[in-house]
Amino acid sequence: MKARIRKLATFVEETCNEMGRIIDPPTRRAAAVAVIENPHAGKYVEDLSELIAIGEELGELLTQRAVEALGISGPSAESYGKAAAVGENGEIEHAAAILHPKLGTPVRRVLGKGAALIPSSKKRGGMGVVLDIPLGHKDAAFVRSHFDGMEVRINDAPRANEIMVAIAVTDSGRPLARVGGLTKDQIKGEDGLR
Amino acid sequence: MPEVQLRKKLTMVEEIFHEGGPAAQIPLRRAAALVVIHNPFSGKYVEQIEKFMDDLKPLGLEMAKSLVTALGGDPKIIEGYGKGAIVGSAGEIEHGALWHVPGGYAMREVLGGAKAIVASTKKVGAPGTRLDVPITHINASYVRSHFDAMEVGIADAPRADEILLALVMTTGPRVHARVGGLKASEIKGEDGLR
Repeated sequence: MKARIRKLATFVEETCNEMGRIIDPPTRRAAAVAVIENPHAGKYVEDLSELIAIGEELGELLTQRAVEALGISGPSAESYGKAAAVGENGEIEHAAAILHPKLGTPVRRVLGKGAALIPSSKKRGGMGVVLDIPLGHKDAAFVRSHFDGMEVRINDAPRANEIMVAIAVTDSGRPLARVGGLTKDQIKGEDGLR
Repeated sequence: MPEVQLRKKLTMVEEIFHEGGPAAQIPLRRAAALVVIHNPFSGKYVEQIEKFMDDLKPLGLEMAKSLVTALGGDPKIIEGYGKGAIVGSAGEIEHGALWHVPGGYAMREVLGGAKAIVASTKKVGAPGTRLDVPITHINASYVRSHFDAMEVGIADAPRADEILLALVMTTGPRVHARVGGLKASEIKGEDGLR
């Protein structure tokens, strides 16, 4: 393992009732978060390949943890998202190196498919910073019922020389989705969009 | 008495490998189970609220069991515990106190007769309020290595007419515990203190 992990956290959220209406089955989503040392904290480094490799490792580890926390098989996941927060001695490009070049392939391997772009967000911040992980349907980005976000936060991370990396997976869309648009049973699954 | 109306559940699990020092042979694991319920007494002063504690017992048991499951399924590995509540703005702190009996009973029941008092905290707060749930050793309150706390909270809870209830369990001492005091190996287990 290239990543030096200080801490792993998982969050599982289940909504059973919204505005007085029973949600049956409940909507469920999970986020897995790793707090790792930033090997490039405090200095400018041109070549970010170490962080790119770390992204690949974490893509697999965090997706497995999230799916496991939901107690579902990878292919039955419906939507996904990713995010990273860089501690104050790092740069936003470090988050980009982890999230974009190589993280997606192992995510899609664990989930069986994943034709759609994995929506993402990133920021730099202090300990306790809130990450809003954007969520979208994994096979068709335009599925409107699955646009959502999941907030995660760890009070003691990221420290100045750390990076916090998060992957969220769901088995459902919003609890009372009713704003129309493409529905999941209309997915063609050819281009990742519709 | 009113039945318990559940809106949402959140389970958080943390696995801590190190905090700047030597990596633990067995990582410390901490888990929190949170539920968001309707506050049947919100918006008015109700004198008789005590019986709601009985209504909360099955929910407490379910939460305590879910924590053991989240930490691997074996109640014998649980060494620390704590509980807490956040009451929404249309309720009073006394409503949070309703959690003392059912929350404590549930964890003792599931852990097979833990002896120490369950450390607790509570407050009235808005959605997104964070709560630092105190943690102590399950059989002897004075075990210094196990004094800890876990920060919990949910972005959209508690709403004004809701209560957020929390239970926390841990599998061991702080990851780099080294400030002396009573050790877990020295517990007499007679009075729940030492």
